[in-house]
Amino acid sequence: MKQIEKFNANKKMKKSSSDRIFLNICTVVLALLMLIVLIPLLNIVASSFSDPKAVSSGKVWLFPVDFSLKSYKNVLKYDSVWLGYRNTIFYTFVGTVMNVIVTLLCAFPLSQHSFAGRKFVNKLLFFTMIFSGGMIPGYLLVKQLKMLNSIWAVLLPGLMSAYNVIITRNYIETNIPRELEEAARVDGCSPAKYFTNFVLPLSKSIIAVITMYYAVGHWNSYFNAFLYLNDRDLYPLQLFLRDILVNSKFDSSIIDDPEMAQVVQAQADALKYSIIVIATLPLMCVYPLVQKHFVKGVMIGSVKG
Amino acid sequence: MLQKIKRALKRDWQYWLFLALPLAYLIIFAYYPMLGVQIAFRDFTAKGGIWNSKWVGVKHFLKFFESYQFKRVISNTFILSVYGQIMATMIPVIFALLLNCVENERYKKVVQTIVTLPHFISVVVLVGILRQIFNSRVGLYGVAYEALTGQYPVDIFGLTGSFRHLHVWSGIWQNFGWNAIIYIAALSGVDTNLHEAARIDGASRLQRVRHIDLPHIKPTIIILVIMNIGHIMSVGFEKAFLLQNDLNKQTSELISTYVYQMGLVNSDYSYATAIGLFNSVINLILVLVTNKVSQHVSETSLW
Repeated sequence: MKQIEKFNANKKMKKSSSDRIFLNICTVVLALLMLIVLIPLLNIVASSFSDPKAVSSGKVWLFPVDFSLKSYKNVLKYDSVWLGYRNTIFYTFVGTVMNVIVTLLCAFPLSQHSFAGRKFVNKLLFFTMIFSGGMIPGYLLVKQLKMLNSIWAVLLPGLMSAYNVIITRNYIETNIPRELEEAARVDGCSPAKYFTNFVLPLSKSIIAVITMYYAVGHWNSYFNAFLYLNDRDLYPLQLFLRDILVNSKFDSSIIDDPEMAQVVQAQADALKYSIIVIATLPLMCVYPLVQKHFVKGVMIGSVKG
Repeated sequence: MLQKIKRALKRDWQYWLFLALPLAYLIIFAYYPMLGVQIAFRDFTAKGGIWNSKWVGVKHFLKFFESYQFKRVISNTFILSVYGQIMATMIPVIFALLLNCVENERYKKVVQTIVTLPHFISVVVLVGILRQIFNSRVGLYGVAYEALTGQYPVDIFGLTGSFRHLHVWSGIWQNFGWNAIIYIAALSGVDTNLHEAARIDGASRLQRVRHIDLPHIKPTIIILVIMNIGHIMSVGFEKAFLLQNDLNKQTSELISTYVYQMGLVNSDYSYATAIGLFNSVINLILVLVTNKVSQHVSETSLW
């Protein structure tokens, strides 16, 4: 009894003053790190809601100056952004569905101990992670398949990520007991039936994780589209963003009175901020809701391949 | 033997059916391009293609080794990568250790959520944000500089010396929170009794960080460092290409951007493939060697 009291007393032991100072320093440093992350983002959002003239004359810090929706109205008129948005939604949706199906098809047999070809296919898959043909042979292949300038050039080359297959395989291996596989087989359950009746329902959380990985990848990628597409009608959002944000190409026809060069310049400056906000908003809104799945994904992925 | 394979196929045919699509993908999009690298040893022509263009041996490799770009792209890639990886290892570790010291759970959660957010920004938008923030006329940097010194700063994107810092620190800004997740999780597994005992013995919080927390995540750090060493010569194309311009090429021309420039801009397919293959082989060797070393040193293997 006395020991417990002593233990409790220890638990409540007062922090020494040097510890308190250290804790305060920690809190402050973390707050600073948070600010370093937040300040650029706040500046972007504030600028997007400011009057273009204020933006262009460098008056905006962290809060909107002369609140205005002018930039957003300009974005609404910017057709290529919306074309890109539509294409990206298409690539993300169709691409992710294809990715997840193929990944599951690959991960399931690799997780089954009764499958004789398991080791061989695992090696085949793993080797693609440490060696590849590279950019030019990949490009020549897409050209040879006559997929240049088609949606397939965006969807097919990245159809399956070896990393995602491996985390899915590991998840199935560690979370679905091997006895279940054996019992099912003894009872005459075929692999296909076992997959649909047992593995799929028990793998919901890993499916959520890889779905999000693939979807974010599609939403953010520009590289395949940049290499393989010429037709602007097929461009994903990121390629139009590259034109506007990185190469500063700007379609001035959307501005009401393009006579005044200064007005055009100001609105072009301000437009970039609202475009950044519009392009990033969907992910930023969804992330806090699904954060725990992503974190789980990192943890599953850290189990060695 | 044949009989055995037949029996296995008969028993496993459903598994192979599952694998039909994935294997087709791997063969077409991963293994076939590996055969395509033979054009590094040929003079590629559209008519001859991968199989029938004229065989020229190691001509393109020699051309690369002798070109003035060789030293430049190798050292640029190496320096950028080492610089980036040192920072990208240290800062998440420090952040995770600090976060772990704080006892207020809600504060911890808010901090972690916020610093993880930028991870989901696309590389195009990230470079777009950089260009806006560091714009010398309208950006936060330009405005602050002007407010302090009364004049506008020079354009940071045109400076040869700034490319590496922009590349590395924008990566840190975007990913330190994300990269810290694994350490934070590892730290939550520290035995609380250890802390209790050390505290009773009079160890300060800082001492406990050094002697309890840090050793606890050391194996994780070592594994990640080893994995990174294997990838030291493979800096991605995407961000470097977006940050590259005619003024900073002296530091921003990397192996990957040079391959793109030679292959897809100048259409010198064979030469570009040779450079790419040289790079892939180095990467492969590095991964294999570091894995062997880590098996010896820490008895952890990556596969």
